[in-house]
Amino acid sequence: MSWSRLLAGSTKYAVLIAFAAFYLVPFYVMILTGLKPLEDISSFEIWNMPKSLDFGSFREAWNQMDSNFWNSVRITIPGAIVSTFLGSINGYVFAKWGFRGSNWILFLFVFGMFLPGQGILIPLVWVLQFMGLYGKVNGLIMAYCIFGIPITSLLFYRYYASVPDELVDASKIDGCGFFGIYRRIILPLSGPTFAVVGVWQCTRIWNEYLMALVVLGNPARAPVTVAIKNFSSMGVIPWNLQMAAALIASVPTIAVYLLLGKLFMRGLLEGSLSG
Amino acid sequence: MQSELSVRAKSLPALLPKWLRDDRKIAILVLAPSIIAVAVFIYIFMGWTLYISFSNWDRPALDLSFAGLKNWQRLVNDPRFHIDLRNLVLFAVGYMSQCIVIGFLLAALLNERIRGEVFFRTVFLMPFAVSAVVSGTAWRWLQVPSAGINLLIANMGFENFRPLWYMHPKLGMLAITIMGAWQFSGFVMALYLAGLRAIPDELREAAVIDGAGTIALYRHVFIPMLRPVTFTAIVLTGAGSIGNFEIPSIIGTGPGFATDTLGFYMFEQTFRSSRYGLGAAVATFMLLLSIPVVLPYLISVLREEKE
Repeated sequence: MSWSRLLAGSTKYAVLIAFAAFYLVPFYVMILTGLKPLEDISSFEIWNMPKSLDFGSFREAWNQMDSNFWNSVRITIPGAIVSTFLGSINGYVFAKWGFRGSNWILFLFVFGMFLPGQGILIPLVWVLQFMGLYGKVNGLIMAYCIFGIPITSLLFYRYYASVPDELVDASKIDGCGFFGIYRRIILPLSGPTFAVVGVWQCTRIWNEYLMALVVLGNPARAPVTVAIKNFSSMGVIPWNLQMAAALIASVPTIAVYLLLGKLFMRGLLEGSLSG
Repeated sequence: MQSELSVRAKSLPALLPKWLRDDRKIAILVLAPSIIAVAVFIYIFMGWTLYISFSNWDRPALDLSFAGLKNWQRLVNDPRFHIDLRNLVLFAVGYMSQCIVIGFLLAALLNERIRGEVFFRTVFLMPFAVSAVVSGTAWRWLQVPSAGINLLIANMGFENFRPLWYMHPKLGMLAITIMGAWQFSGFVMALYLAGLRAIPDELREAAVIDGAGTIALYRHVFIPMLRPVTFTAIVLTGAGSIGNFEIPSIIGTGPGFATDTLGFYMFEQTFRSSRYGLGAAVATFMLLLSIPVVLPYLISVLREEKE
């Protein structure tokens, strides 16, 4: 009996450890390869430890993509702030000032969110060209703000719907109007949700690739995801640079994930409508 | 103090024109820009894409003259489109099953009061925090047929087993499913884990008292109760399969388009070859394919929330 229990217990851990290895191996190989100089890069030595610590690849990758990294920062921060704020005010309207058909509007918001981005790309480029924003950082920020509205509105709606209506009604009796209630009742309760939505939007925008490639394909203006692609399209593949670049591009989102994992998790569960 | 605040709150509406003093109207007005933005940038754009798919626009210069079904005929007769459809099926089957099976298995294991649960959970979900572009880049290196993982396999003594991974002329897509599942199975794990944690302990205890073993417990209690989570996972991975774009963009379309996808085909036709009409037809096809996947799910969620 105790033997079979021991066996079952160790099988559990063996499976968990095997999968942990599966999830970690790509990170491990990225670090390992990024620490080798180009002359030591051979696909046959992929598993070998570097002969000595060499940060040359990281330095070189950073030199080639630092402007892309800062572009990503410049795109992500305003995109996340604006779309989060819009989501908050929209969620407040949907949850506390619902009008005839407002449920349908929210439904259409969410429905649009699940459809493939390819469906809107051609008109998007056309409209951005028309507005003089095509190929510009501001054009991509605007796109992220608009396409972020459905998810952020949904996340805030689901939270505000759980705020008791009595609170809102009580402050209506006190003479508060639409903005008064938002500022005095809703906003002070929203801190954690702002954090969840903000983290979610930062991650999504930072990692976005399709729209960035179409709107900002120009290597100098492109965000990091597109820069990684440009590293992999070179004639002879400089694996060390590519791995270093991929790792550099992942550092901000992994740091956010490790430091704010709980917020990340909540955004994930709420956003998939199963929180 | 309280009354002072409410006086100030009153003063703002008092400054507004009369028709704006109604809070319900203010609410609609506040929402209006978002409604317009979503209506234009999502729904009108989709309709526009549909329209372009019936146009003659197949060069850089804009040409919206009506072409009838020309682009659709071209699409249906394009061998690459047929390969992409086959690839979609291959990808969906491999990706969805891996995500759901691995996600469920890991959640079930983590639910067993495991030591180091936080560590495992953190590791399992970490790939989800990085871009799909990073996944493609790292796995492309790992799946180099002459080395990479195959070296490990050879070192374990299976020297004759050398899969071509994404270079396989027929099944390359299955190698891509590993890259996708690497990123998304942790997400599915998180969904299942939350679902399992929401099942009351009494239920488990009652089943155990009734003599149910672990397998019976899962078969007759947990799996049926987790049906909504499974539904969510199927829809999310299904929608993800249709939109798949990043990985072929990084590793290429492979021999004979073995790792091509509809999303990448649309991108190339439109933005590399300026065949906007054909690209719009592919995009419209992708939209039409997504609707039956997403719609039943949203309707069921909506019905549940109303209850």
